[in-house]
Amino acid sequence: MNLSELEQKLIAAARSEPLDDRVPYGFERRIMARLGRAAIEDPWAAWSRALWRAAAPCIAIALLLSVWSVIDPAETSTPVDLSQDFENTVLAAAHQDSVTDVSW
Amino acid sequence: MEHTEAELIAAVLAGDRASFEPLVVKYSPRVFATARRYARREVEVQDIVQEVWLKAFQKLGSFRGDAPFEHWLMRLTVTTCYDFLRAHQRNRESSFSEITDVEGDWLERFVTEPDSTENTAAARRLVHQLISQLSPPAQLVITLLEIEERSVKEISRITGWSAPLVKVRAFRARAEMRKLLAKIATDKYL
Repeated sequence: MNLSELEQKLIAAARSEPLDDRVPYGFERRIMARLGRAAIEDPWAAWSRALWRAAAPCIAIALLLSVWSVIDPAETSTPVDLSQDFENTVLAAAHQDSVTDVSW
Repeated sequence: MEHTEAELIAAVLAGDRASFEPLVVKYSPRVFATARRYARREVEVQDIVQEVWLKAFQKLGSFRGDAPFEHWLMRLTVTTCYDFLRAHQRNRESSFSEITDVEGDWLERFVTEPDSTENTAAARRLVHQLISQLSPPAQLVITLLEIEERSVKEISRITGWSAPLVKVRAFRARAEMRKLLAKIATDKYL
């Protein structure tokens, strides 16, 4: 059996099939009845709804962090300047290198 | 007075649901014809078309109007049909045991006198049975590329797949199809 020829014949048969575009009677009325329960999806409305929902947790987290930063006991025991603390953290690797160089 | 499509769409977006009905009436034959290429049972076809119109209504806000409404709707139809194929891929037939006598006769005639076989209803049923056993991407690409004779660029636009991906899937689909045809030959004549 020549499979390639069979494939071509079958594809040709499918191509020659007339399109069946019959629509059942009253179909559009059925669709319109279903649409009565559906709502148009507005991407901006969905985005704004999501933003409003996110606002409450964001405010809550901001308040918690503010309260925590005010009552943090670590700050009272070691009164280090924030900028100095930041610099130490950023340059920690460099400081460590220089200490290693000295030991060698 | 007849309204243009743009006017109807604007009215629907403004909240006038009734303006959607002329669009449903005008394009349903096209949507039904496309859906019937992917689903055989009439109940499934109607479910697909209903899903297409519900999606079209809900997503109408995303229709920008820079291309004809029909193109946008047909893209939605094809993606809905593809979703249907993926959802029902487990129900695919696993053998050609359902080949009827008429289809069997057509195959016999093809083996003995290949030139005498015509594009009969039996051949059409056979090819539908064959296509329904392919994977969903293969079914989609064979239908669009081979049966509807669309270009790779068009398929890429309709499906959202890149052109190289369409070519790769077309290559795999043809291989799948040849494998199935070889299986028929083995089952029936060896």
